[in-house]
Amino acid sequence: MARMKFLCDADRCIECNACVTACKNEHEVPWGINRRRVVTLNDGKPGERSVSMACMHCTDAPCASVCPVNCFYTTADAVVLHSKDLCIGCGYCFYACPFGAPQYPRVGNFGSRGKMDKCTYCTGGPEPDLSTIEYEKYGSNRLAEGKLPLCAEMCSTKALLAGDGEMIAQIYRERVIKRGYGSGAWGWKTAYRETVAI
Amino acid sequence: MRLGTTISRTFVAMMALVAVAAIDAPVRAQAPTTAPNPTADSVNEDLLFKQDPKIHGRISIPDQKAANLIQPQGREWRLFHEGWMPWIGAAAILGMIAALALFFFTRGRIKLEHSEESGRKILRFNGFERFTHWMTASCFVILGLSGLNYIFGKRLLMPIIGPEAFATLAQWAKYSHVYLAWPFMLGIVFMVAVWLRDNIPNKIDWQWIKAGGGFIGKAHPHAERFNAGQKVVFWMVTGFGTAMGITGLMMLFPFYATDINGMQVMQGIHSLIGVVFIAAILAHIYIGSLGMEGAYDAMGSGKVDLAWARSHHDLWVEKEQAKTASGPQLRPHQAPAE
Repeated sequence: MARMKFLCDADRCIECNACVTACKNEHEVPWGINRRRVVTLNDGKPGERSVSMACMHCTDAPCASVCPVNCFYTTADAVVLHSKDLCIGCGYCFYACPFGAPQYPRVGNFGSRGKMDKCTYCTGGPEPDLSTIEYEKYGSNRLAEGKLPLCAEMCSTKALLAGDGEMIAQIYRERVIKRGYGSGAWGWKTAYRETVAI
Repeated sequence: MRLGTTISRTFVAMMALVAVAAIDAPVRAQAPTTAPNPTADSVNEDLLFKQDPKIHGRISIPDQKAANLIQPQGREWRLFHEGWMPWIGAAAILGMIAALALFFFTRGRIKLEHSEESGRKILRFNGFERFTHWMTASCFVILGLSGLNYIFGKRLLMPIIGPEAFATLAQWAKYSHVYLAWPFMLGIVFMVAVWLRDNIPNKIDWQWIKAGGGFIGKAHPHAERFNAGQKVVFWMVTGFGTAMGITGLMMLFPFYATDINGMQVMQGIHSLIGVVFIAAILAHIYIGSLGMEGAYDAMGSGKVDLAWARSHHDLWVEKEQAKTASGPQLRPHQAPAE
């Protein structure tokens, strides 16, 4: 089985936000929730870079560890998913997540946040694969169809890479060697306790 | 004519360029001969983490909180919440239960000492005081249990009743936690209003503490309406209650007053004070019920045995008797004399 990861090559990202739009449309993500977002660092200064970020599907995920109802589980592809039936909307995963991935339909509403929503790596949830109920709760399940996450698949500059960690790291490594520079695999140290050695 | 002008203009321009180049020469010499390196001043994760513990940028969606790219502090909060908190919580609460059991089996129940005044009653807490106490207390019990459920539920209860039943229970526990927080906070306000003036520390308290509060030995040190121990409970409840309210509100209304790291700290304080608060209230429950004969009546019926009041709160009884023309025996409809 693969160990699925995301890698954003910030030297290629042009902050077009197509990944954000693709994600919102593919999963019909509710208003106010962004499973993926693009953050621009050093905006307007020399050396500005943009990074597309979503749930990184961490190794030993902090969200899963702090959840008081243990609603998280990791798939055979190392994708971190959760059950909206078990989630109580306490907000702990949101405190623990280094990447701001968990979000709630009612953030400021008297503590009754509703069921947490986050990037599923286009893998749906605990319901049967490709069922209507799975789509309504978690969005589409592209992995079950043999496809990779849509955000990365339709990235116009191929900045956002999704797939097996070893493979996307190799693609990134080859790019860096060929072009002679690279600003690194953003978030990998925090998410996977490792980085892509060039 | 036109050609001559053009030539002369070109010549002047060239001379100017040469002059500029001559001034600029030392700078140019250092510049790379090939295309500029695009990463020469590009941002880099390690460098940004050296400048700031979080990586923060600009975002074009309306949710500005999402401009935080990476906050590794989430991992530290997780270590605290999952690594330390279960042990701290268990140590505080089990430690207190063990200490109370030890006290009960060595000292035993503090007995009511009979005197010629036994059987006569004196009003200690009026209806509003008892309402305040029990509203706050019942909220506290549910808040305490639902709070402990956040730490211990998945470890102790979930393996027994299964994930679905536990999630349903935890959902209701969470609702009760966020909604009963409000009457609890109101209760804290009422407590300050009705009991603050009887809880100002004074010299009598110091004597009471020096005499060991009557817990050690048989002597009953002088005490007013509240002895030093009760004053400690009052200040603990109002102080911890306020702290729990403030830290809780920060979590109930995310991002109104603090950022993500602020909420992590608030949660840490909330849980640490929470377990200490629960442990301290266990001692309060013990001494108000099992630990001391005659004490429960004060919050039960509101009227205590005069003999009990005389031995535990002698100065208060004297004050009450001096104030009440008809002696210590108050009729129930009368407001408490304070």
